[in-house]
Amino acid sequence: MNSDHHIILRVVSKGLIPIIALFAFYVQFHGDFGPGGGFQAGVIIAVAIILYALVFGVPAAMRAVPPVFTRSLAAIGVMIYAGVGFWAMLKGGHYLEYQALFGEGPGEHHGQHIGIMIIELGVLCGVSGAMLTIFYAFAGRVAEIRDEDW
Amino acid sequence: MQGILANDIGIALVNIFLLAILFVVAVAIARMRSLFAIVMLAGIYSLVSATWYVAVDAVDVAFTEAAVGAGMSTAVLLGAMLLTSRTAKPERLFSRLGPMLVCVATGAALIYATVDLPALGDPNSPANTGVGYTYLQINWYDTGIPNVVTPVLASYRGFDTLGETTVVFAAGLAVALLLGFGERSLAEMIRKEGRSGGRKPAAARTAAKDEEAS
Repeated sequence: MNSDHHIILRVVSKGLIPIIALFAFYVQFHGDFGPGGGFQAGVIIAVAIILYALVFGVPAAMRAVPPVFTRSLAAIGVMIYAGVGFWAMLKGGHYLEYQALFGEGPGEHHGQHIGIMIIELGVLCGVSGAMLTIFYAFAGRVAEIRDEDW
Repeated sequence: MQGILANDIGIALVNIFLLAILFVVAVAIARMRSLFAIVMLAGIYSLVSATWYVAVDAVDVAFTEAAVGAGMSTAVLLGAMLLTSRTAKPERLFSRLGPMLVCVATGAALIYATVDLPALGDPNSPANTGVGYTYLQINWYDTGIPNVVTPVLASYRGFDTLGETTVVFAAGLAVALLLGFGERSLAEMIRKEGRSGGRKPAAARTAAKDEEAS
């Protein structure tokens, strides 16, 4: 990566990666009103980091987002999702019964909104962590894309 | 299919155009040998099919296809491509005959099956009369969330989505256990930096080591 003939690629992706990550959060929190949700947002975040890895090299990406963080994130995501289920059970409802989170009767939506938001957050963490773990497992075996491949 | 043609010739033209692009890209992928170009074309194939899903009003599916098919799988295939050679081996003409027969037979069976399919958006089709219609009716009272897809995935079928998240996690775990966590390249980088002394911390470390040695 000491030669500088990818400079256009690097400048463009440096501008794009924050926007991609921002878009992922839009997809995440707008899932209640439009298409999208935790799964898509998780994949988009993972792709933003993978784009960084492809352009700047896997080691640089690993320094920014360490593999130990991605695999913990995957596990934490599943735990968040499952945890909402246990939260509902502690409140006296069934597993993943959002209506029971705040002890609401039918027709009240507070628990549904909060519950869905938290489990979508769990899906976001789980999916992005798992995708990045898979990518690191593949890409960590070679240094980077050679110049003649582009 | 008949319904589309009868209702709106414009949408039919868009459908034909997009499907034609898909066909051309698929043929190009089948005939190419350069793996890099094939990976890129596969991404284009996913993008075009995502556009087509929008044309048939499956916006959430289109979104997922664009994110997973065009973004994620292209990136993962690029990573996988780096582990192997850059061009596919040319195959003998004979050995392609079997796969082609399978493809033609499957395609013929699928086309035969489309005859029984309900028209796009048919209110009397099984998908629109059964549980789907019930969700549309009771969703607002139950959850108060405007996009019906989200409560169906997260609330009505929360167990399914929990299972899916767990499956994705398990896939990541399995790949990591088989291939390692990818920390080899990180370790290599640190070793390289230590040798050349390119970065400050590494340089400081080597300097400290030199001092110790002397």
